[in-house]
Amino acid sequence: MAVEVTDRIEKKVFLRAPRARVWSAVANAEEFGKWFGVDLKGRAFTIGATVRGPVLHEKYRHLTWEATVEEIVPERRISWRWHPSATDVHRDYSKEPTTLVVFELADAPGGTMLTVTESGFDRIPLDRRDDAYRGNDSGWTQQMVAIEKYIGASA
Amino acid sequence: MPRRSAAAAASLERQAPVFSALGDSTRLRLVARLAGSEPQSITHLTEGTGITRQGVTKHLRVLSDAGIVRPARKGRETLWHLERESLEAARRSLERISALWDETLDRLKKYVEE
Repeated sequence: MAVEVTDRIEKKVFLRAPRARVWSAVANAEEFGKWFGVDLKGRAFTIGATVRGPVLHEKYRHLTWEATVEEIVPERRISWRWHPSATDVHRDYSKEPTTLVVFELADAPGGTMLTVTESGFDRIPLDRRDDAYRGNDSGWTQQMVAIEKYIGASA
Repeated sequence: MPRRSAAAAASLERQAPVFSALGDSTRLRLVARLAGSEPQSITHLTEGTGITRQGVTKHLRVLSDAGIVRPARKGRETLWHLERESLEAARRSLERISALWDETLDRLKKYVEE
């Protein structure tokens, strides 16, 4: 059993687009917001800055997406910390542990290889993670099904 | 926003300390050790760890409070074993988040390739 697997997620995706294009999609806050599902008009990712914007998904418009930028290496790497499932508006998440999301770009034949890692889950309570919002309805439905299965299995 | 039932929430909250309990390298090693073996005594678990029996006992207590390991008496000995369900829950939760990232990155793919 691989025990350490509970702490991080790693995704690799090949994008048929030049590296500069991918870089602006992940590092330009306004562009990032468009596919990630957050309104970040007029915002910018700069090192140390906390960037906030309303979530675009109609079911979650009352929520504010928030991330603090940790590192920016142009066209190579950008990382930020967030509370991966801050969906309770009445709760103060500021003191709770964050996860670190890293986007890493590398040239690949015909496009760009993007590696995304999210780490630090071992410090996030399980009940919190299940509320993780990623701006997608079917994602949420999947989650609910998974939670129900889990509840059934552990009852 | 969808609401979970109170029972569901309570059940999830019972599992909440699993991740913080695993956020320590000594405890992770203890879990790894128990994962690949029969139930073991503290004496056995202490061997080769470089920490004291008291230290191991303390870590086992944290893991036990989180529901990850459980003691069982066998004669005069206490043997520790893994509660696989807790680790399974942790793994499944990560799988769900992983699936959400897949969907998010699909949107990125469409966005940059259009």
